Amino acid sequence: MATVIIPTPLRKFTNNTARLEVTADTIDKTVNELTLNFPDLKKHLLDEQGQIRSFVNIFVGNDDIRNLQQGQTAVKADTVISIVPAIAGGVA
Amino acid sequence: MIIIDTQARAALLKDAVAAFPDECCGFLFGKEDENGLRAITEIQVVNNAKEGDKRRRFVIAPLDYIRAEEYADENQLQLLGVYHSHPNHPAIPSEHDRVAAQPWFSYIIVSVLDGKPDALRSWRLNDDSRFEEENVGIVANSYTNS
Repeated sequence: MATVIIPTPLRKFTNNTARLEVTADTIDKTVNELTLNFPDLKKHLLDEQGQIRSFVNIFVGNDDIRNLQQGQTAVKADTVISIVPAIAGGVA
Repeated sequence: MIIIDTQARAALLKDAVAAFPDECCGFLFGKEDENGLRAITEIQVVNNAKEGDKRRRFVIAPLDYIRAEEYADENQLQLLGVYHSHPNHPAIPSEHDRVAAQPWFSYIIVSVLDGKPDALRSWRLNDDSRFEEENVGIVANSYTNS
């Protein structure tokens, strides 16, 4: 099964679990599996249209899925998926 | 309540002054105890990856974030939050800060006025996605990595 690394700020929604295993074979299915198992994650991962939020990056290894096949990116048993919150801000 | 080790605080302020008039940014590492008391024992300076004008914005690259999580994991620390500076502005989160903020993280903001560090304040999102201020304490060598 593939491994998903949950970022520290979202672990309170996964019973403080840092690494989860998923059976999904694409990123879209992975996100679906995560939000089914941990419903409180949903609003932090998906926008109102059900798309991955702009402030959330999903990486397969060191590659952003936006540079791969996005939600259709394949997930294999040894794939390590990182959910990476966008960190930004500033005065204005 | 969040406690910052004096050395970590000094490193944070040094980064904020060095980056002036640009915004600096970085990560906060430490431990949160069972009562929710947070102790920052070290900081990690991160490149402000904002393209163009960095005087009013900061961005941390995703790969720097992944490395920070790995660092925390390898060193039995928790990634407790993020710091950044507000050059010539108060240490109060902007709407841009709030929209981009993550739950649970502590957001330390240091004001730098004319190149000199001013107020240092810490903020966390509440369940309504509004920032609430955390009390900040400073101690020498507050917590060990035990």
